Amino acid sequence: MAVRTRRTAAKRREYLWCYVLLLPLLLAFGGFTLWPIVASWWYSFFDWDGVGTPTEWVGVANFIEVLTAPDFWSAFWHSFLFSLVALFIELPLALAFAILLNNVRLRGRNMYRLALFVPVVTTTAVVGIVFVALLDPVRGAVNEVLFATGLVDSPINFLGSTVTALPTVMGIDLWKGFGISLIYWLAALQTVPKELIEAAQLDGARRFAIVRHIMVPVMAPIAIVIMLLLFQRSLGTFDLVQAMTAGGPVYSTDVVPTYIFRYAFSPEMQAPRYGFACAAGVIFGLLTLVLTLLQAPALKYRKRVAA
Amino acid sequence: MSATLTSTDPSRTADGMPKLFPSRRSVGRWRPHLWHLFLIPFCVLWVYPFIWMFSAAFKSQREMLLGGLSLIPEEPTLDNFTRAWTTAKFGEYTVNTIIFTVLVVGIVLVVTSLAGYALSRPGLPFKKLIIGVLVAAMFIPHGYTIIPVFILVNELGLGNSLLGAALAQAGPVHVVPVLLFMGFFSGMPSELEDAAKVDGAGFFRTFLSIMLPLSKPVIGTVALQNFIGAWSAFFVPLVFTLGNPSLRTLGVGMYNFFGQESTDFAGLAAGATISVLPTIIVFLLLQKTFIEGIAGAVKS
Repeated sequence: MAVRTRRTAAKRREYLWCYVLLLPLLLAFGGFTLWPIVASWWYSFFDWDGVGTPTEWVGVANFIEVLTAPDFWSAFWHSFLFSLVALFIELPLALAFAILLNNVRLRGRNMYRLALFVPVVTTTAVVGIVFVALLDPVRGAVNEVLFATGLVDSPINFLGSTVTALPTVMGIDLWKGFGISLIYWLAALQTVPKELIEAAQLDGARRFAIVRHIMVPVMAPIAIVIMLLLFQRSLGTFDLVQAMTAGGPVYSTDVVPTYIFRYAFSPEMQAPRYGFACAAGVIFGLLTLVLTLLQAPALKYRKRVAA
Repeated sequence: MSATLTSTDPSRTADGMPKLFPSRRSVGRWRPHLWHLFLIPFCVLWVYPFIWMFSAAFKSQREMLLGGLSLIPEEPTLDNFTRAWTTAKFGEYTVNTIIFTVLVVGIVLVVTSLAGYALSRPGLPFKKLIIGVLVAAMFIPHGYTIIPVFILVNELGLGNSLLGAALAQAGPVHVVPVLLFMGFFSGMPSELEDAAKVDGAGFFRTFLSIMLPLSKPVIGTVALQNFIGAWSAFFVPLVFTLGNPSLRTLGVGMYNFFGQESTDFAGLAAGATISVLPTIIVFLLLQKTFIEGIAGAVKS
């Protein structure tokens, strides 16, 4: 009995130590994840410029203003387009490349993989500005090539026109993130057992049948995680847009994060509107949540497959 | 099967057996080579912005003004680098970026290794709950919460400091490194701990002088991921240096390069080279660790 109490006491002391070690994590989680969510809600009920504590309670006025602002919805539409491009263009394209580069008989596939991945490890804002230089209508290399080959008669002002700016930024966003999707897919392809494919080949299965009946079901659970991660990442695109166009020209490339940034921090505005910006952030979070939940059937499928 | 068939017969394998799918095999043999015709130009085009950047960084300003698509500078010069380093303050920005990155990596390592060790202890109450909440927090979108973070850091008296920016960057801890450490530590044989206990080492001593040094591979992976993440961070450093331009990091400094009357393209290219070269080099040297880290995050 005495021995047992001593052991439980020792155990208890160990657990106490464990919580001490967990303290930094819990503090960081509380301070930088939980509290900001709660505080965002709280601040969004105030008209507040960030000086002192918020005192001017305005109820849901900020929310109404956000929801009725055409600029917000257009920014949201652009953010949504970014994620559509990621899901419906980047992901399938990356899968095609992954299948191609997964072929062991393809020599130098590691070099190709590295080349496609390099943009990922570079600073988005920096490459964004390099692209601004490359796409410059007067001195940029891209227009020079287009002009020299006779494809255009006058330089295209890629980032200066409201028509071309958004597709241009989206293309560069795809280029920047492509490597991550590629690596995800390559990892997913590694989970498909080689013996299964070889057995199917021996049975005379066609390539399409192998993809349809072996690769898709095996890779589906990972594919769904890839989709979710990519969806949320692309919806939050900020760095590239802010660095290249800051939402312009005439807000034609504005996304929700740049919209919020403008109201909270931009020197263009006379006084910061923290309350309004927080309300926009809360609504954006809710919309993202809804769009993520719409993918819940996919998650259910994942569970069914995994079981 | 007659003996006249040699191994050069395309419809037979090397040991004379008939091939199962002769046509597809022979197609498979040349098709990968054909792909190179597409892949090589495609990949060169893919990394062209970097090639342009490195080349322009060494061109004279006069040559840049004249334009031209040549990638080899006529008279290579280092002027652009000196101009970027001193006039455009990239020297200062580099120092800031190093400090910021070291702080972020340090904070993440301390927080996640401690937590990972604690969570690896068997039978810890609330363990599942804590892990569950952390994982859920990764997948549930929390909207846009930089404003409260900004205010919190200011209230801590760390506004306008690199430490404050680093806290804001490292604060929203990711669950992945915690799980990595946890997985590693729970795989350690318990004899190791018992031996340490017999030698009179306390709980924390055991962790610090025995377990932690053993976890070098995990430390390396986590440090590498966060090095690249922090070095290329933009949003947090941008928000936290708005009030104090002397604290800008390379990404933010680069952004300020723009919007001037006439942009100095050669200087810009030199600045960009200074910003991205460290991460590219580190990535090329440690690509395997890095790629496996990313791939592992999806698989787990």
